[in-house]
Amino acid sequence: MEFTYSREQQMVKKMIKEFAETEIAPIAEELDAEAKYPYETVAKLGKLGVMGMPFPKEYGGAGTDYLTYIMAVEELSKVDASHGVIVQTHNALCCWPIFTYGTEEQKRKYLPDLLSGKKLGAFGLTEPNAGTDAAMQQTTAADGGDCWILNGSKVFISGGGIADVYVIMAMTDKSKGNKGISSFIVEKGTPGFSRGKKENKMGIRASIAAELVFEDCRIPKENLLGKEGKGFKTAMTSLDVGRLGIAAQALGIAQGAFDQTVEYMKQRKQFGRSLNKFQALAFEMANMKTRIDGARFLLYNACNMRDRGLPSTVEAAQAKLACSETASYVVDKAVQFHGGYGYIKDYPVERMYRDQKITEIYEGTSEVMKMVISGSIFK
Amino acid sequence: MKIIVCVKQVPNTNEIKINPETGTLIRDGVESILNHDDANALEEALKIKDRDPKTEVIVLTMGPPQAREMLEECIAMGADEAVLLSDRALGGSDTWATSNALAAGIRKIGNYDLIFAGRQAIDGDTAQVGPQIAEKLGIPQITYVREFQMEGKRITVQRALEDGYQVLKTTMPCVLTCIKELNTPRYMSIRGILKGAAAEIKVWSAEDIGVNEELVGLKASPTNVYRSFTPKPKGKGVSVKGDTAKELAGNLLAELKEKHII
Repeated sequence: MEFTYSREQQMVKKMIKEFAETEIAPIAEELDAEAKYPYETVAKLGKLGVMGMPFPKEYGGAGTDYLTYIMAVEELSKVDASHGVIVQTHNALCCWPIFTYGTEEQKRKYLPDLLSGKKLGAFGLTEPNAGTDAAMQQTTAADGGDCWILNGSKVFISGGGIADVYVIMAMTDKSKGNKGISSFIVEKGTPGFSRGKKENKMGIRASIAAELVFEDCRIPKENLLGKEGKGFKTAMTSLDVGRLGIAAQALGIAQGAFDQTVEYMKQRKQFGRSLNKFQALAFEMANMKTRIDGARFLLYNACNMRDRGLPSTVEAAQAKLACSETASYVVDKAVQFHGGYGYIKDYPVERMYRDQKITEIYEGTSEVMKMVISGSIFK
Repeated sequence: MKIIVCVKQVPNTNEIKINPETGTLIRDGVESILNHDDANALEEALKIKDRDPKTEVIVLTMGPPQAREMLEECIAMGADEAVLLSDRALGGSDTWATSNALAAGIRKIGNYDLIFAGRQAIDGDTAQVGPQIAEKLGIPQITYVREFQMEGKRITVQRALEDGYQVLKTTMPCVLTCIKELNTPRYMSIRGILKGAAAEIKVWSAEDIGVNEELVGLKASPTNVYRSFTPKPKGKGVSVKGDTAKELAGNLLAELKEKHII
């Protein structure tokens, strides 16, 4: 496979790099320490068109392909993984299902504000007892005649309480298992819908995760997203798209930590020479670079297949597995090579080390990725 | 309203290194960028366009074919059109010859109301091309613009001086050279990038702009580079320490005596 960046992709990478280094890098440490959501930089990204990149212009998107969008998430995550996941969740888990399964009215109503970044989107599937086993949904949506009545709660929701528009999964028919799940669009401020506990996370602390609570929350009948009973499919296909973004986030963390380590090794001297002159360390850097570039090829290939309309579920799973595990390996070595300085918060690799872990867990754990991949081997 | 912004592609001098033996720049692998002051010039033009979307912003540069990449980025920031003057006959031009070519390019574009340029380029640091363009077009110029206001055809600017500033008024058309204090250049936008990548950049030759060959290129340039070199770095300085002024002075004296300076 040959790969070259298009002119468009070169410019997107350059623009996001400049933005991230100028606007985000100086505040990343503070956002992390205080678990503060970066409203200002997210609004700026919206104005620049980053909150709606891979969607058609007629709904207010920028009209790029998926691969170019993925490169933007990667560049952001090199500097700050929280910004990476904020852009990713909004695009893949809220805008994408509305664009793909929404009626024309729903698309006209929600997409322009979402894609321009005026409003933020989130996605609610996970519940205390429904993680990887997503079919164990307890949240219900009852037919209330002219409305749906939602009851239950969701946990670990990225952007919970901050987002304006939520794609929420709930059981419309408990007797049918997976096929009894439907998806709905719920707006912030709807009576009966509130934010519960805000989680105190290990990493990606500027991306807020919170509990969502529904108590007799009545939403209009027309807010059913897709057909009744098709919510599980909506959720699974959204996560399929989302995996590419999480892979990009992991890859960005890996590349960011790697770049930091290269600079550190050039200036840090021990025993009279800089660290890059120690062959054992330099060889490990060669391994890191090779694994990062290999993971990148898997990711770009999966995106390229998606852009060409080819089935890419397995390739997306491989990309996420490879990128997140590469990131785990790279941040570990990055902290190690920084020595004591890697363990304190003055250097970004300490944050990257914590930020990385979630990429092996959310939007499908590494184990789920292996289920998908092995399932395709032993059909 | 039509605004022309003169820009230049320059090596990113933050990344550049000098070959200590030959004293020449090592340009290999050094990224080319839009000259910093020129980005301020473009930003000021785009601010006028923000207020009045009918404004047309045209970026103009002279350079090798790869300068089109910078022009695409100017369109990605919001410029409407871009023109590249590129021709072997223009190669090796000094500031006098460059301004002849740019003035000819500007005449060909025609019907302009305002010309913005950066104060100077980070590779040559001459600050001559902008003012020379104004002279050759026979229009007013104000250099070192740090604040800009426009009312109809009347312009009021603050011109930075070393120890203060002047407030100057002029009318259009005119040339204004901009400094970084004027504004903060915007980022490229995603939509702008799609436009820039697909944009058709006009490439004009010396013949296209109708400039006499005696006015452009290396041979026509009155400036000759005799020799370029890197000044030898000074040795490491010494910091004299002491808790009181008396102690400091004593330590300094001791140091000077030791070196037989006094």
